[in-house]
Amino acid sequence: MGRYVLRRTLLLVPVVWGAVSVLFVVFFLLPGDPVEVMAGGERAVNTETRAAIEAKYGLDRPWYEQYGRFWSQVAQGDLGISFTQGRSVNDILGETAPASVRLAVWAVAVEVLIGMAAGVVCAVRRQTFVDALTSVSTTIAVAVPVFVLGYLLQYVLGVYTFQHRFPDWARFPVQGIGPDSWALFFVPTGSQWRYLILPTVTLASVSTALVARMTRASMLEVMSADYMRTATAKGLRRRTVVLKHGLRNALVPVVTLVGLDLGALMGSAVLTETVFNWPGMGSAIQRAITSLDAPIVLGLTLVLVAAYVVVNLLVDLSYAFLDPRIRYGKPGAR
Amino acid sequence: MAAGGRGVPSPEMWRRFRRNRLATVGLAIILVEVAAAVLAPVITFADPGRVDPAASLSSPSADHWFGTDLLGRDLYSRVVYGARVSLQVGIVAVLIALAIGLVAGAAAGWFGGFVDGLVMRVTDVFLAFPYVLAAIAVITAVGRGKTAVTVVLGLLGWMPIARLIRSSVLQAKQTDYVEAARAVGAADLRILVGHVLPNAVQPVVVFAAMFVGTAVLSEAALSFLGAGITEPTAAWGLMMAQGKDFLFTAPHLLFFPGAAVFLTVMAFVFVGDGLRDALDPRVAVR
Repeated sequence: MGRYVLRRTLLLVPVVWGAVSVLFVVFFLLPGDPVEVMAGGERAVNTETRAAIEAKYGLDRPWYEQYGRFWSQVAQGDLGISFTQGRSVNDILGETAPASVRLAVWAVAVEVLIGMAAGVVCAVRRQTFVDALTSVSTTIAVAVPVFVLGYLLQYVLGVYTFQHRFPDWARFPVQGIGPDSWALFFVPTGSQWRYLILPTVTLASVSTALVARMTRASMLEVMSADYMRTATAKGLRRRTVVLKHGLRNALVPVVTLVGLDLGALMGSAVLTETVFNWPGMGSAIQRAITSLDAPIVLGLTLVLVAAYVVVNLLVDLSYAFLDPRIRYGKPGAR
Repeated sequence: MAAGGRGVPSPEMWRRFRRNRLATVGLAIILVEVAAAVLAPVITFADPGRVDPAASLSSPSADHWFGTDLLGRDLYSRVVYGARVSLQVGIVAVLIALAIGLVAGAAAGWFGGFVDGLVMRVTDVFLAFPYVLAAIAVITAVGRGKTAVTVVLGLLGWMPIARLIRSSVLQAKQTDYVEAARAVGAADLRILVGHVLPNAVQPVVVFAAMFVGTAVLSEAALSFLGAGITEPTAAWGLMMAQGKDFLFTAPHLLFFPGAAVFLTVMAFVFVGDGLRDALDPRVAVR
């Protein structure tokens, strides 16, 4: 097991390196000129200003030197200086990452709680009204564009309820992160949850639907297994049979999906972040792409990719706990 | 394996497909949409690009079934013409993804060893990219537009196909008929194309159907974020991006293109489900 973990961890390095390098190449293909953006756009940049800016950010060096310098900085934990904001990318990461992580974690919580519960209920009560309703609503959740759902929620729970003088509890703020007050990093305090809930629901919608479908399919496969019949025959309560014998065995594909999502949600939240003006990493990267701010794009993407592969590895390793038949690093032990 | 086997359509499969009512509905929606896209000039009454400032932001009426946008362009025409864009992007993107995924997956599975390791690492790299952001970056680099969006969606979507093909090839390699084909001295490529790949068709077809829906959604998202298709092309995502500014005064701007995207994606999801039932006889009828 130890050697297996080590080997897998080492394999993550080329993946992160590859992904960031591809992005580096893309940025050298970008037709725009970051110097012009830095100098304020509009008018042509005079030669001295250009030389000064290029020298400051090392843009006068050939690409391979810039590439080398990028990685040697990264190795020292320095993500560089933003072109447009003149600040350390580490600082920008420190400002945007918490918002992203909080939103992603809450979205995953919604996925797990609602998605898995719906999936289990549908598998147990197959072919009933609940099953049909879930099937329809999951399809809708997948097919509605995320930003349309976001605007719809804003309209119904923010604007409509406000215009029609609904009680306060039904009016939600639709823009920004609000007071940004948290306890234990994740728990919203005070009125924070009111700012959190609509973006969370928007971000979680698609994945919750996928988790529900996956849980249902996986549960159905498990329900017909012999050990389920045995458990029932032993006289165990229905709840125990379904949850302890059924769900635990049905969990592997679901955990895979949720894990991949936790890794991916921080980057893919860009639509939700844009609609709700949530100050996360996704929209920061998007803005940086538009303004040709390569250090922000490369630095933040590096962190996102690293987070994704690490979460992925943890998910793989968790299989061994979920399904004792899976053993890593010992061929023939199955 | 079903009658007809090897993923070749058969009456039996069609029967199983039809038994899934939602799949039939999905197929009908897609057919209607394809017809609308092809016949767009015939079934619309106004040029989708014709600007009429006097009619700016008018609500749906007998003259303008879906109302008009800020420039007074007829939204019904634009939504119908938008079907052309979305279907083209979705279908060409899936073809690109299929081509890359097929070659990469087959090579990895068949040759194994170094090739396998290399292809799988490249797959990992592409999977690790934050999808939307990577698409925005590449499209910003090469210039926005329909072609860029299509190619990028294909380039960022082949990985699951490669994995499906690879595992099917690995399975098929163990079978007796491949052994037999080898024994009689058939060439690698011939065995791959003739004996191995047909077995991988089923999961790939299901994935491809879903992929078209995803691509339509992604195109809408990219255009919405300003990194997709550009004016004056009538693309659904672009229409919604403009519509969001008039959410409260002219909600039809967001509603009609949004509904079009929704119906399209849902149709492809239904068809994907139906294909799964039709192609895999082990799945009990729901």
